Amino acid sequence: MKKSFAARTAFGLGLLLGSGSALAATTLTIGTVNNGDMVRMQALSKTYTEQHPDVELRWVVLEENTLRQRLTTDITTGGGQFDIITIGAYEAPMWGRKNWLLPLEKFSPTYDVDDLMPNVRKQLSVDGKLRALPFYSEGSITYYRTDLFAAKGLKMPEEPTWTEIRGFAEKLHDPSKNVYGICLRGKAGWGENMALVTTIVNAYGGRWFDEKWQPQLTTPEWSQAVNFYVDLLSKFGPPGPSSNGFNENLTLFNAGKCAMWVDASVAGAFVTDKTQSQVPDKVGFVKAPRQVTPKGSSWLWTWALAVPTSSKQQQAAFDFIQWATSKEYANLVAKRHGISAMPPGTRLSTYANAEYMKATPFARVTQEAIQTANPDSPTLKPVPYTGVQFATIPEFQAIGTLVGKSISGALTGSTKVDAELKTLNESVQRTMKRAGYFK
Amino acid sequence: MSEAARESRRAGRLTASPAILLLFIWMIVPLAFTVYFSTQNYLLLDPENRGFAGLENFSYFLSSSSFLNSLVTTLKLVGSVLVITVVLGVLISVLVDAKFPGQGVVRMLLISPFFIMPTVSALIWKNLLMNPVSGLFAWLFQLVGLTPINWFSDWPLLSIIIIVSWEWLPFAILIFVTSLQSMDQEQKEAAQMDGATPVSIFRYLTLPHLARPIAVVVMVEAIFLLNIFAEIFTTTSGGPGDATTNLPYLVFTQALLEFDVGTASAGGLVAVVLANVVAALLLRVFGKSLTQA
Repeated sequence: MKKSFAARTAFGLGLLLGSGSALAATTLTIGTVNNGDMVRMQALSKTYTEQHPDVELRWVVLEENTLRQRLTTDITTGGGQFDIITIGAYEAPMWGRKNWLLPLEKFSPTYDVDDLMPNVRKQLSVDGKLRALPFYSEGSITYYRTDLFAAKGLKMPEEPTWTEIRGFAEKLHDPSKNVYGICLRGKAGWGENMALVTTIVNAYGGRWFDEKWQPQLTTPEWSQAVNFYVDLLSKFGPPGPSSNGFNENLTLFNAGKCAMWVDASVAGAFVTDKTQSQVPDKVGFVKAPRQVTPKGSSWLWTWALAVPTSSKQQQAAFDFIQWATSKEYANLVAKRHGISAMPPGTRLSTYANAEYMKATPFARVTQEAIQTANPDSPTLKPVPYTGVQFATIPEFQAIGTLVGKSISGALTGSTKVDAELKTLNESVQRTMKRAGYFK
Repeated sequence: MSEAARESRRAGRLTASPAILLLFIWMIVPLAFTVYFSTQNYLLLDPENRGFAGLENFSYFLSSSSFLNSLVTTLKLVGSVLVITVVLGVLISVLVDAKFPGQGVVRMLLISPFFIMPTVSALIWKNLLMNPVSGLFAWLFQLVGLTPINWFSDWPLLSIIIIVSWEWLPFAILIFVTSLQSMDQEQKEAAQMDGATPVSIFRYLTLPHLARPIAVVVMVEAIFLLNIFAEIFTTTSGGPGDATTNLPYLVFTQALLEFDVGTASAGGLVAVVLANVVAALLLRVFGKSLTQA
């Protein structure tokens, strides 16, 4: 059959246009936090773009608070600036429920979604469907200096209580030699000091709200926990603890200035890294301290990647987040940066890997912390909310900010803790009443 | 007025009007939005609960303990910085007004902090000077055997006042020195010949001469000092506790940390009203010396 010239031209043009569009780059805008692991992902993503030449990645890397401001204002107003966002365990279920995040289904056959840790998976799901994929997860654990403990003939138990921790801090505190008994978060913020303080309150048997959403800040548990925390940190902590957050404490610990530190398990990879720590082989790892109860004494947090429903490149974005949270990516990190740098806490296979378990002294305690945390029943007494170190309700952002600020202020000794808790309880009550939780 | 003059005035108005209109829109649109949002239940994270809230945001904002605290902090900050910059500004400008070698260089150095960005100068103070472990002050204290001061924990508001004063002192000096240079030298010489002491010259000649520039400095600084934000954001983040939370910082907290746009808008409007009250008061007190010819 003889084709007409016009038909052939049209076919040729179509081919040209077709190939043109196949080559046209899909640009994915990724909003992420400036934590070490994410910065590493940015560098390693070259491997992804080499495999996917049609995809171009645009990175917006910001400090946590600023990122949260940008993402929240963008997603709540349907701005659609981002195709991929980095969110935490607080946002994922809340935003998922509001259908701001793409429900994640039809994973690529190699992804192995069942390999994700059940607790982590639950934390990021709405009605059993994942709304975000975990990049790394953490519990809180106790770091301690084995050399200092040995020098004083002390022995750290596997499951210490806060009272025992105080005893150790008292014995090891030696500011004249630039060693402080304990470093803890003091910087205000619901994701900074309140993450730790909430776990202490939980350990003392306290909770944020009772079953009727009444705030519990005037209960004896809160008073004991907060008084204990303020006393411990002001007496045996580094100077000016109210301005120390995760990063500041990490720096102090790596410089050999903290005898103990209770914080996120993700720091394990940093304190044992010879290039950044002065004490890489003198660190011991045990569970986060309990007190009256072990329930809720270790937090559970996940940094995850999600696709907003406002993104116009949903499939391409979904492909990328699968790659960044896959076993393949973890292996790439292991190959380039050493096996203990693999993103922790998200995959069962990581902890089934004998080589990883051998090379990573904090792996076992991290795994236990993540597996034993229960966001659905985080405290000794029942609560109406989910989340160990936060309550997954929109109002918690304001409540955590307010309470965090006051407790950080109490560290300077200018306020009386119990009077402060009473005022805070009234403020929280006011916020909850205004939001319609009770009349 | 001649027809031609009237014509040219009309043309002037006509050509200027687009710019004025643009400026007006520039101001009125955000203000209108703020007024609108201040009457709404508008928690960014909770879109289901949106709707008209009446004056609830205002009553919520005004009755919170944070508001009263931030108001007091704002006034303390503005008042202290004004006193420091005016008093030190007058003294320093009188000193550098006298003739001495290297006068030009000294004047230049005195004025230079004014050209540094607030965030940059706050960071310099925080990390290089006031840091209790590695700062210059800590080093000096240790040199003479004293325990270093933990500035941002123990004296947070004072620290902010020091930083802001350091930034604004050059402005005061600049205005005062300029004014001193226009002072009638013959009058001063006559007074000296009559045997007046430097103190009485300062008291009866210099100070009255500086009345107007002082008024200018107070008015201009007050307007800017009511809006201090960057210095607080980069150093103390409003803390510890709420020791350094002024009104602008409180509104920021509500808008971008708590995502409560309704209350933040109400707070913003309250701040606008308060700024106007302060401006009106200042005009009353200092305005007189401005209008005196």
